[in-house]
Amino acid sequence: MSENEEDRHVLTGRHFMNGDTACAEGAMAAGCSFFGGYPITPSTEIAERLARRLPEVGGVYIQMEDELASIASVLGASWTGARSMTATSGPGFSLMQENIGLGAITETPCVIVNVQRGGPSTGLPTLVSQADMMQARWGSHGDYPAVAYCPASCQEMFELTVLAFNTADLLRTPVLVMADEAIGHMTERVVIPDKSAIEHVARKRPHASAMDGQLPYESDGSMVPPMPRAGRGYRIHVTGLTHDERGYPATDAATHDKLVRRLAGKLTHFAPEIIKVEEVQLEDAEVVLVAYGSTSRSARHALTMLREEGLPVGMLRLITAWPFPGDRIAQLAERGCQFVVPELNLGQMALEVERNAHQSITRLNHAGGITMSPEQIAEAVRETMSCAREKSWSMSIS
Amino acid sequence: MCPREIVVNEHKLDPILRSDRLPHIWCPGCGLGPAMACFANAIQESGIPVDEHVCVSGIGCTGRVAGYLNVDSFHTTHGRAIPFATGLKLSNPDLHVTVFSGDGDLFAIGGNHMLHAARRNVDLTVICVNNFNYGMTGGQLGPTTPYAAKTTTTPYGNPDGPLNIPHLAAALGAVFVARWTVLHVRQLQKAIAFALQKKGFTFVEVLSPCPIGFGRPNDLGDGLEEMSFYRRQSVVDDQAPLDSLEIDMSKDSTLVLGNFVDRERPVYQPMGTEPPAHRDRSVIYQPADPEVKAREAL
Repeated sequence: MSENEEDRHVLTGRHFMNGDTACAEGAMAAGCSFFGGYPITPSTEIAERLARRLPEVGGVYIQMEDELASIASVLGASWTGARSMTATSGPGFSLMQENIGLGAITETPCVIVNVQRGGPSTGLPTLVSQADMMQARWGSHGDYPAVAYCPASCQEMFELTVLAFNTADLLRTPVLVMADEAIGHMTERVVIPDKSAIEHVARKRPHASAMDGQLPYESDGSMVPPMPRAGRGYRIHVTGLTHDERGYPATDAATHDKLVRRLAGKLTHFAPEIIKVEEVQLEDAEVVLVAYGSTSRSARHALTMLREEGLPVGMLRLITAWPFPGDRIAQLAERGCQFVVPELNLGQMALEVERNAHQSITRLNHAGGITMSPEQIAEAVRETMSCAREKSWSMSIS
Repeated sequence: MCPREIVVNEHKLDPILRSDRLPHIWCPGCGLGPAMACFANAIQESGIPVDEHVCVSGIGCTGRVAGYLNVDSFHTTHGRAIPFATGLKLSNPDLHVTVFSGDGDLFAIGGNHMLHAARRNVDLTVICVNNFNYGMTGGQLGPTTPYAAKTTTTPYGNPDGPLNIPHLAAALGAVFVARWTVLHVRQLQKAIAFALQKKGFTFVEVLSPCPIGFGRPNDLGDGLEEMSFYRRQSVVDDQAPLDSLEIDMSKDSTLVLGNFVDRERPVYQPMGTEPPAHRDRSVIYQPADPEVKAREAL
């Protein structure tokens, strides 16, 4: 590869960039070489950017016939050794669920970006929401590991897309970037570092050219088996059926329990490494805002306002929604913190906060269509502080 | 004559089959065994190194073929074998990717993918085993179930008409379209080997008995009797009009077999930074009768 071509992967420099575009540039910087997608608002700019960019570096952009085909092509491409991805929004994300499960059981790394819009169904095609957060965790049938990042800025659209590819290869599983329309469509400064500063986690490969006695789905104690590439003589069999360590279908209870526990166990095993949060003024906080995505920007603003009023408020911003930082919530609850969870859904991540805090929390909800204002969030915090602690509050914004 | 155990220590298909997974799960009289053997023989006949072959299947009885072949093989989700294969092929063009699946998987739940892969002329071979019903789930109505045929979900007779698969594949742009039965193993193997070697979207339909799911409720007898039916009623006609290839499966109906289409179209290339080099001229209208233009001018 010539130096010139190399440069086209990573657009090092300062840019004024749309969030979706920054996501596409994150994919380029991560070495993504295959995008199979289907246009859908508000994620379309990711496809449009990659349609221009991937051919510049000899990568493959293909517009598939629907989202079912998009995710299937992305899984197929991954088995050639490529870093592959797709991008979509609610309706397309629903269509992809079955093959996200195929990706999980066959341990096929890939990245799926969901720029969330209002649902259910066609809902609000052009307007923001955060109502797919539980679908991100439980959308495909069965137990499986789910990793989901929640970018809150255009810069994070870039950075978390790179990280999503690395985590996908680390765990050998599909990884989600759960953006929202406000972040996807806003434009702000994005700084793309030098190629040398972009972390790259290599996919674990079998040592020898043949499997050399090693079974393709034998996890060698690390929870993640090495991944062969198609066409290299391994003669692998990959199936969505429950399979043994040879990869052969084995549909008995013992094999199933062992396989599913290992797959789901990846999340517990790697959680300390994967979980990412931003902690803002938590040291002396008595009320903790738990927020993510575009809502966390309003929450940050509210926090500044409330601190100016002298109120001890902090924020735990979720960078990974899944795995969820339950231990940190439990610690804060033990310290006596109250929680306020603003989100553009009717209370999804709030369930996780409540479950880990073992106490009632304040929910601030709107079904979507508009970003939450800092004033609304500040008011929810003030009310929480003035109310009896045993009471649970649920507020709706009209 | 005394019954005697026949011990075969090796078979020429051993390198192509995962012998540690045999015997297979298919019912007595099922046609999938010979269909798979024809494909395995065709892999050897094709001259393409075995390590370059990849087999992708969907779900159903035919979907199990990928698991018995000793090539890199993928048993994917219901209907999605073709787009999965498309990702493999485009991301590594050195692979020879064959989709081996059933009529329900490829033409009902996966019909849309068939449509678009053929339209693009992705360099894939698709082998469709047509057994006229959903066998794995116990003999329900499928997209190729003949009109009035009995299945567990059409107890009073099928009100739908069946898909004419070769006609559809040809209309969608497949560059090679053939239909054989599992009785016609020589012709079938030859057609598959040809399809494997030919660039572009190649398609082979394989008619196959499903004595348990389809044969029994439709008085076709066991597997052997259905094979006799294939022998009695088949006609080989490469030139048969494509719209006449619908299958009825009634006792006196004709099964038209042959290699119906063999043509050239530009093979799908992923988008580069330069415009595509050539377009498909065969699809552009040219009047056979020069007077057409004159009439139009009036």
